[in-house]
Amino acid sequence: MAEKEYDLIVVGAGPGGYVAAIRAAQLGMKAAVIEREHLGGICLNWGCIPTKALLRTSEIKHLIDNADAFGLTVKDVSFDVKKVVARSRGVAKQLNQGVGHLLKKNKVDVVMGTGVLAGGGKVRVTDKDGKSSELAAKHIILATGARARSLPGLEPDGKLIWTYKEAMVPETMPKSLLVIGSGAIGIEFASFYSDLGADVTVIEVMDRVLPVEDEEISAMARKAFEKQGMTIHTGAKVSGLQTGEDEVTATVEMGDGKTEKITVDRVILAVGITGNVEDIGLENTKVEVDRGHVVINEWMETGEPGVYAIGDLAGPPWLAHKASHEGVICVEKIAGEKVHPLNAANIPGCTYCRPQVASVGMTEAKAKEAGHEVRVGRFPFLGNGKAIALGDSEGLIKTVFDAKTGELLGAHMIGAEVTELIQGYTVARTLETTEAELMENIFPHPTLSEMMHESVLDAYGRAIHF
Amino acid sequence: MTIKILMPALSPTMTEGNLAKWHVKEGDKVNPGDIIAEIETDKATMEVEAVDEGTVGKILVSEGTEGVPVNKTIGVLLEEGEEASAIGDDALEMPADKAPSGETADAGQSATSRKADEKQSDRAATGGEEKQTGASAKKSSTSSADVKASPLARRIAEQTGVDLGAVDGSGPHGKIVRADVEAAATGSPGGQSSKSGARASTDISTDGPLPEAVDEDGNRIAASPLARRMAAQAGLDIGKISGSGPDGRIVKRDIDAAIEKGTGTTTTPAAEEKPEARTPATRAEGDASEIVKLSTMRKVIAKRMAESKSQVPHFYLTMDCELDELLKIRKTLNEAQDDVKISVNDFVIRACALALMDVPAANVAYETEGEMRQFHNADISVAVAIPGGLITPIVRDAEKKGFRQISADMKDLATRARDGKLSPEEYQGGSFSVSNLGMFGVKQFDAVINPPQACILAVGAGEQRPVVKNGQIVPATVMSCTLSVDHRVVDGAIGAELLGAIKRYVENPALMLL
Repeated sequence: MAEKEYDLIVVGAGPGGYVAAIRAAQLGMKAAVIEREHLGGICLNWGCIPTKALLRTSEIKHLIDNADAFGLTVKDVSFDVKKVVARSRGVAKQLNQGVGHLLKKNKVDVVMGTGVLAGGGKVRVTDKDGKSSELAAKHIILATGARARSLPGLEPDGKLIWTYKEAMVPETMPKSLLVIGSGAIGIEFASFYSDLGADVTVIEVMDRVLPVEDEEISAMARKAFEKQGMTIHTGAKVSGLQTGEDEVTATVEMGDGKTEKITVDRVILAVGITGNVEDIGLENTKVEVDRGHVVINEWMETGEPGVYAIGDLAGPPWLAHKASHEGVICVEKIAGEKVHPLNAANIPGCTYCRPQVASVGMTEAKAKEAGHEVRVGRFPFLGNGKAIALGDSEGLIKTVFDAKTGELLGAHMIGAEVTELIQGYTVARTLETTEAELMENIFPHPTLSEMMHESVLDAYGRAIHF
Repeated sequence: MTIKILMPALSPTMTEGNLAKWHVKEGDKVNPGDIIAEIETDKATMEVEAVDEGTVGKILVSEGTEGVPVNKTIGVLLEEGEEASAIGDDALEMPADKAPSGETADAGQSATSRKADEKQSDRAATGGEEKQTGASAKKSSTSSADVKASPLARRIAEQTGVDLGAVDGSGPHGKIVRADVEAAATGSPGGQSSKSGARASTDISTDGPLPEAVDEDGNRIAASPLARRMAAQAGLDIGKISGSGPDGRIVKRDIDAAIEKGTGTTTTPAAEEKPEARTPATRAEGDASEIVKLSTMRKVIAKRMAESKSQVPHFYLTMDCELDELLKIRKTLNEAQDDVKISVNDFVIRACALALMDVPAANVAYETEGEMRQFHNADISVAVAIPGGLITPIVRDAEKKGFRQISADMKDLATRARDGKLSPEEYQGGSFSVSNLGMFGVKQFDAVINPPQACILAVGAGEQRPVVKNGQIVPATVMSCTLSVDHRVVDGAIGAELLGAIKRYVENPALMLL
């Protein structure tokens, strides 16, 4: 017998789950969210947010290192890793409590424990002490997220071979670091440790860093990282890791076929993530799992009636804002609201390395592959007054238009604060503006956003400042 | 800057016309108001006046050319001090373009004088077209700042060579919107060239954001700029596409779907093309038949009548009207004065007008899905046979006109109709039609509704017939009238009421003198 009945139960209180629960409550549903660890999920506790706190530290450190260029004299610069980490944890904690407050305010029941589908619209929750109870709901959203993927021979040990989680709370500062995987997670840590003085090597199996980004952006990023002192090997593969006392030796198969041994203090594994599909009771359901992720349709419905999946659990892109958005769509659909499926091409991606990288939509190559005749605009940070004043004159804003319709197919940026700029193009895409509206739009001066304007103008041969 | 003289769209249904005559030759000076050419259209011959002062630099389409697409550059006017060499490639390139074959007048029709309450502006617009489209690009460049037009309308106008000054705006506060320009430009070779030509990619970058899409009544159609542009490029009428975005906003995927399904096209090429499909295939060899090209008027009639019969659910009501009283009064009136000779048809026109005032529920027109138009006056379209076809000049505000005026109007309209001298506003619009075949001895017939009107009265011959009165068979002059009714907006009872009212006036003509 179910102890308590809900309209909606969400399993997992990450950015997908808690947002879904709050939206459900807004729509008048009686909602509960089950969380085994911490409200806010990985994103807030061990992902997006604490890493941004860390990267703020490394950014400030970088600025101080260059203080002289700004006319400042700063002496005896040093840092305390413990304090750096403590600040990051503090930020996470503050937001974690914030989520608790939001759920309470919206009258969402929070049930701490591990939720497992029990069949027939029921979820069994087992708390830390092993006490279990059952909840029932007409609709159950699975939002159990994902975890770092490990590859055979490349397993984290939590001490010398880290995942994101250990990398976020270093006790000491490694002198040398090997980052395996140059996606957003790998590159952000590479950037952080590099700026704090570690000797960082990045191994990427693909032929370029940040492989999902536009090729031009990837190339610029690599150049910038190498200039900062990182060593980058693309087309390379780590075939084995040998741990020593306080060091790890990696066997790396280089792109040219040679094998190299690289010995470092620590290794960060960032070779992708995999959905938390295990132990959530999928076994006796019609929920389909494909390559570590739950298969859903456009309304986040799984094969099992009344069971939905959102966020990382349901597949890439593994982004908090995608999870939240899916949660909202899923709940609104359940509530009978008029909703529209998520347009994957409108999901922006941001990487907070230095320089930052942000993008939305198709890369130039993808656009051509898809058969578009394209117009490409480029505008370098070097042509922007604000960028030069900031001392951040490296970077590029690239726009890709369909030559016929003027649709903004994609936008790709690298440089200071581009993660804050990309939303402009995302709005443009969502509203389906063409180049004409973007050209007519007034961008404030002096801002970095002016480059967004110029890039569009450049696509049509009309850039003013370059 | 040289000024292009464009083939004017004299009527919204006009896609092409014949350049009947040039009144000027290269090197002639013209002043605003000068008649520079004569254009023969489907229904009338119109004179093209110059709006600007200048010298005729080049005549690009020679006299007697048939089937000149609307908005084709037919000549170039030079401003003072300009040499013929100033005529740019731009001006010369348009005539080289082929007219798009399937583009027809639908857009024009949709934007025209269906709206009786906007009749005045419609008249002004079409009247204006007559003068202004014939003349100048300069007009549009100098006046475009004054003309209220959306950016997209401006862009399309530029791409298609439509003079904005000659276009009547249907948007909010008379703003010229896309549909207006497209209506004016239908069939324009300029539009085609910039859509598909090499310049396409650069063209779309110059004019600023696209405007809001607006339906026929000026209501905003929510559509993304990209959707609007894609629709324009694909020749889709965005008003016919349903939106799947927030609050029904039309977005890219809706246009993609429409293109795939072929819905929402502003043209129905199948109706116009493929004449071979209708060629009688089974005729024995050597049979005396030949294929004859349809005249423009014939094509328009064919299209409109086919549309009417296929889209309008007709039903028919017939009543016999006794004419003896009417004939008596008519005789009296005609004997009492020599100014005008009042016909039976003039009586019928007035009877219909007054009956429409009595039964306003029948004085309507089907507009679009979900809407109809309620007329407040009776503009009676009267079918007049003319060589090669027929035309329906309109007796405007017939309910306010006496027999003398109606008769004078009809005489003038019919004469000019036969001479092909009607101006478009004289035969476009109307709230009700009368078709009288009585003079041919036709006893009774069913007429095809003249869309978007809801009713047409088919009038047969007045003839002596035996009628039963008070149990006695007596002779009477009887005229059978059949009302064809659009069942979408008028039901049987209303139709019967209208026909009954017409009968009452015809049989009691004194009522019409009230």
